[in-house]
Amino acid sequence: MRRIVLVTLLALVMPLMATATEEQVVLGLSRDRVAITADFDGSDILIFGAVKRETPIPQGDPLQVIVAVSGPSTPVLVRRKEKKLGIWVNTDSVLVDSAPSFYAAATSAPFSQALSDTEDLRHKVSIKRAIRSVGADMNIADAQEFTRAVVRIRQNEGLYSIRENTVAVDEQTLFRTEIDMPANLTEGEYVARIFLTRGGKVVSNFQTTIDVRKVGLERFLFNLAHQQPVLYGLMSLAIAIAAGWGASAAFRALRGT
Amino acid sequence: MQIYLPIAEVSVNAFLLLGLGGMVGILSGMFGVGGGFLMTPLLFFIGIPPAVAVATEANQIVASSFSGVLAHFRRRTVDFRMGTILLIGGLTGAALGVVLFNYLKSLGQVDLLVKLCYVVFLGIIGGLMFIESLNAIRKSRKSGGTVPKRRQRGWIHAMPFKMRFRTSGLYISVIPPVVVGLLVGVLSAIMGVGGGFIMVPAMIYLLGMPTKVVVGTSLFQIIFVTAFTTMLHATTNYTVDVVLAVLLLIGGVIGAQIGTVIGARMKAEQLRILLAGLVLAVCAKLALDLLLMPSELFSLGASGGH
Repeated sequence: MRRIVLVTLLALVMPLMATATEEQVVLGLSRDRVAITADFDGSDILIFGAVKRETPIPQGDPLQVIVAVSGPSTPVLVRRKEKKLGIWVNTDSVLVDSAPSFYAAATSAPFSQALSDTEDLRHKVSIKRAIRSVGADMNIADAQEFTRAVVRIRQNEGLYSIRENTVAVDEQTLFRTEIDMPANLTEGEYVARIFLTRGGKVVSNFQTTIDVRKVGLERFLFNLAHQQPVLYGLMSLAIAIAAGWGASAAFRALRGT
Repeated sequence: MQIYLPIAEVSVNAFLLLGLGGMVGILSGMFGVGGGFLMTPLLFFIGIPPAVAVATEANQIVASSFSGVLAHFRRRTVDFRMGTILLIGGLTGAALGVVLFNYLKSLGQVDLLVKLCYVVFLGIIGGLMFIESLNAIRKSRKSGGTVPKRRQRGWIHAMPFKMRFRTSGLYISVIPPVVVGLLVGVLSAIMGVGGGFIMVPAMIYLLGMPTKVVVGTSLFQIIFVTAFTTMLHATTNYTVDVVLAVLLLIGGVIGAQIGTVIGARMKAEQLRILLAGLVLAVCAKLALDLLLMPSELFSLGASGGH
């Protein structure tokens, strides 16, 4: 449906900006939902597609493809430690307005070649641009340092990554890449954005969502904990008491025989 | 085998959790401590969010303490009367502690305060126990097994509301146990532990209870205080992860049984000196964390805790 709308829209706009929209993305996903089950330990998503065009392949700079997948964004409070009276304590803190829980950008060429800085600024593709920090505290001179800390910490945890040269492009038409998502995913709508670029300029982009949800037992426990907290607490205690008694009884039986 | 925890929202190795639960369970059975002061930092270390670790740990302590107390109950080493008196103080203290905890949280520095609490209390208690049990061992070697005289505290005996605690062989006022329970309750709510490592020495040195009874009685009252804490966390913060708790407690209850058997075969002084060593080791680790420059100066938190 969306594609039809897009095509009709393009048909209307086409005459006005003939060069810019000659190429557009036709996308496929190996899956558009990720189910978090009890034995979930990460997931690979194959993102593939083709470039649809009415005209011959343009001459000049070759086609590059960037695939960016980002998790739901939340505000993050970043604290910094400083040495005071001989011990390390949290002193300054900065609220980063919005940072995705997961971010992976795969490119078909080195990042700076695939996307120019101005285009990155416009579409917010690189990690540092995907994080938004507007209301930085004026009392803290180096607020930038705090945003960089978010990127560094999450990169070390495998949550943020730039994967250069991991998108395979054939004949400037077919492309494919695989995004592996780690085991510590949070729930939500993940957004996959695909950019086609030539000479660092975005010629076309496309966006779709991947639904990451807990299912089965995980879903049930999560809902119970939030909707029936008293019942959930009592259930946890009952399990604890039963396990304690069970182990005691089992050991007595073992020793008795 | 990786398993995804629904509340913590991380995936961890199930066998790692079983092993951790088992190790801490053995200590719990041996010394009558819930093991929270060891398990909670270990859970942080394997990547469980702190809020979930603290709340779930309380639930796990219920299981290992219950398993341990049954073994002590059969050996008649639980002083129910003393336990109940301590519990009255403990529950009141825990409720006060949660209020205090939320107040400190609103001020910001709750992390630091919790750590300082750990270092100070573990240091004092571990040091005192270590010196005392060393002296006891030396004395028993010198005099060839004569029982060292228990120090009598005049001020405790002068207090009103006296009560007879037959299992402990004590006839003392109820005020000291209630106060001990209250203080431990406050501390355990702030530090997110059962409080056994404070309770056990307090019972031995302040109340003068025999070591064998202390372990069972401490476990008895820990069950109720941690059950209360679990409910508080489950209903206010939604941070009890039942899957994590089950994995920890399967290891924990088995460990606790083994620990009780080991504990029964050891001398009281040996038990105390081992517990003292353990307490001092954890204290040293936490103190170093505060004193040495951390490798990452920045830490990330949810925006709600500002």
